[in-house]
Amino acid sequence: MVKDQDYLKKTASFCIDLAKKLGATNSSAAIMHSISETVDFRNKKLDESDRSDSLGVSLTTYIGKKKSNISSSNLNEDNIKALIERCIETTKITPEDEFNSLPDKDLLATEINDLNLYDDDHIGNDKKIEYLKEVESAAFEKKEIVNTETSFSESKSNFILANSDGFLNGYKSSSFSASCVAVAKDIGNNMERDYEFTSTCHLNDMLKPSQIGSVAAIKTIQKLNPKKIESEKISVVFDRRISKGILSTFASAILSSSIARGVSFLKDKINKDIFSSTINIFDKPDIVKGLGSRYFDSEGVKTEELKLVDQGVLKHYLVDTYNGKKLNLKSNGRNGGTSNLFFEKGSISYNDLLKLNQKTLYITETIGHGSNLVTGDYSVGATGFMVENGVFKYPVSEITIAGNFKDIFKNITLADDLEFKYSTNAPTMLIEGMVVAGK
Amino acid sequence: MNDFFTKTDLTRKDAEGIISETLNKCDDGELYLENSKSESILLDDNKIKSSSYNSDLGYGLRAVTGEVVAYSHSNEISKNSLKLSADNLSSTLKSKKGIYNHEIPKTNKKLYNDINPIEEKPLNSKLELLNEVNNYTRAKGAIVQQVTASFAGEHKSVEIIRAGGEVLTDVRPLIRFNVSVMLEKNGKMETGVYGIGGRQSYDEYLKDDNWKKVCDEAFRIASVNLDSKPAPAGEMKVVLGPGWPAILIHEAIGHGLEGDFNRKKTSAFHNLMGQRVASEGVTIIDDGTLHNRRGSLTIDDEGTPTEKTVLIENGILKNFMQDRLNARLMNTRSTGSGRRESYKHVVLPRMRNTMMLNGKYSQEEMIKSVDKGIFAVSFGGGQVDITSGKFVFNCTEAYEIINGKISSPIKGATLIGDGPSILKEVSLVGNNMMLDPGIGTCGKAGQGVPVGVAQPSILINKMTVGGTQL
Repeated sequence: MVKDQDYLKKTASFCIDLAKKLGATNSSAAIMHSISETVDFRNKKLDESDRSDSLGVSLTTYIGKKKSNISSSNLNEDNIKALIERCIETTKITPEDEFNSLPDKDLLATEINDLNLYDDDHIGNDKKIEYLKEVESAAFEKKEIVNTETSFSESKSNFILANSDGFLNGYKSSSFSASCVAVAKDIGNNMERDYEFTSTCHLNDMLKPSQIGSVAAIKTIQKLNPKKIESEKISVVFDRRISKGILSTFASAILSSSIARGVSFLKDKINKDIFSSTINIFDKPDIVKGLGSRYFDSEGVKTEELKLVDQGVLKHYLVDTYNGKKLNLKSNGRNGGTSNLFFEKGSISYNDLLKLNQKTLYITETIGHGSNLVTGDYSVGATGFMVENGVFKYPVSEITIAGNFKDIFKNITLADDLEFKYSTNAPTMLIEGMVVAGK
Repeated sequence: MNDFFTKTDLTRKDAEGIISETLNKCDDGELYLENSKSESILLDDNKIKSSSYNSDLGYGLRAVTGEVVAYSHSNEISKNSLKLSADNLSSTLKSKKGIYNHEIPKTNKKLYNDINPIEEKPLNSKLELLNEVNNYTRAKGAIVQQVTASFAGEHKSVEIIRAGGEVLTDVRPLIRFNVSVMLEKNGKMETGVYGIGGRQSYDEYLKDDNWKKVCDEAFRIASVNLDSKPAPAGEMKVVLGPGWPAILIHEAIGHGLEGDFNRKKTSAFHNLMGQRVASEGVTIIDDGTLHNRRGSLTIDDEGTPTEKTVLIENGILKNFMQDRLNARLMNTRSTGSGRRESYKHVVLPRMRNTMMLNGKYSQEEMIKSVDKGIFAVSFGGGQVDITSGKFVFNCTEAYEIINGKISSPIKGATLIGDGPSILKEVSLVGNNMMLDPGIGTCGKAGQGVPVGVAQPSILINKMTVGGTQL
């Protein structure tokens, strides 16, 4: 069982009180506990079981405008005491920074409306194994599949955040996920791999095991016998697995830390057009059972829904207390980034989106870390399919796609197939005029 | 040496009892105890942005039978907690019929000194040095918009207790110093990053104003990129510079030669042992025994002494990298490549310092031989799809080669290739092998471990460059 709120509150308060006694003018502490159990299956046999029991404390002490941080997994009282003493000593010699402070008291979260983020159900390893067997037998129904790796993970967490201004709050959350990676082989012994997964707050909301296995198998087999294509400028469609990555890049580029340091390609773009006028982007922390839902941010600041982009215009940065003070903005509760971030769905159907161009490259996977947030340059390895007049023709691999986000953002058309599978979600996305490098 | 049994109700004898009972009829397994301390100090935007200290203590209990691994970890070292873990393992491993393998080679070697980089220098002197770094780098001109500099130090004590009470220990220091510079000229912004590190004290790296070379290099890379033009798109010849670009070897070849992927037959290399996988003249080793290097270990995380493993000799595939589990199942021996990020993670076969050895050509000859291509000097991260063999990496400093001459710098582009075939496209191997500066971290299955790479310059006949200029 994860430790209860009383234990965590007691430990957090102990830290805050001790820090004060030892000379901190302010402090904040987070105590986290999580237990997770995972079972991995491979080719219809048990491969690995893993149990993780993880307790940790993170504490920040302030002396005036000086600040330092310690963290530890050893919650032995003597150890905590020694660490807080060390933290205070370090704080004393760390130079002042005028923007260091706890969040404004009036911004701290006070009300909590239950978002149903915790499911007390426990699924034993035996039941996990039954589920995974069903996943694998569904995958192996396809004769091209030569290897499967499946995994089922259950995790329960609890935490308390406290600060010396009296904030003392936290909550339990749970997560259940299962995945299947399939490997298929063609006649020439060349292999391809693909996957499917489900991840939810509540056990009952998980996808059916057979669905995961068969989708993983079908997606893998579709990738067999890929071709490399000629280098050209072409319209590219991002599958929903990939289109959400464009949103993640956008979110990183509007972090107040990047803006305050002047290292983002979106600096100075507030209230300016950065997307085409059909684009709206929301960050909504209060979705019931939402994978990115939260009651407050990692400083205790309340989080409210933000319309980050309104008809193509950038309306908000993601502001935390420190960088907010630097930029003369109030924290909007985004220390730790976005919550449930999504594009409002478009007006065209998936099928019609694929027919908008005579030739479209449909991307299902990208590899590499090719997003430069300073310049906006984008270049990644990709695999996918060539689509002609809306019909999937053949798989494509060993190519790259490249462009600059400033142009990419202005050339996006979204389909109407938004679903909430991740914490960041986007519909299928068409981007006109990207450069593909192949042969 | 750390004693894990002082502040707990768990005695060493209790622990030994629980281990032996849990591992009865198992093929392998151990109790892995770890106490790590780390610090990180960051200067950014003209200020000390953060000073943090972490102390982590915990254990991982592992039982292996046949192909099955059961693992349970916790940061509460107590009798109750260890018993809970043992119960969890037993509930997974219902039918055990293994024979515990007690053989583990011994070593008296020490590849690094028993120093604690965090405590050997007062915090004040590190703060002062970071300020000096900031001032020195900013003094290079008004185009310097942002300087970020950091120290990271770690001291990790590891103890492995095997069934029967056999104990193996290691104490591992690790440091890293990093500088990132952002320049802005005529509205164009570019960054340059450089760092150094290894299993030594800070002083070894920073003496004689060595830190200035790190700042100079970060500034130089950013300056080059300020003048860069869009990269070409398409297949062409690629010359890789010596040292850090060997992460190409790490991604393209290294991961595919790790034992687990080959036992599971998901690596594109699994049926190529003894066959030609690279051009003649290409020899690649993975060496865990280099003194003070970032990827070196006296013993791996299963207690096996590390070694120098020949992976590819003159183009022929010779060995995979093995931990004990995969070695046993593939009827071979561990190469001392069993590693884990921490007590929270299971052991996997991993790389240490992966190196391509010298050939006989000069870099000049290679560049001269290229009509149209690129010269890649430094990279950011890379990634590989083990199954299809496709890999990528991102240039952070590269130039166009036109008619045998190095021409303008080009913007960061992704290079993509095919692992099993790329080494057959290596036509010239240089004579200028260099180690990387000690900055690599390799990610696999969510675990990051420090690694090193090395290579001479090499000429690759054909790779796809992911630029925007058709």
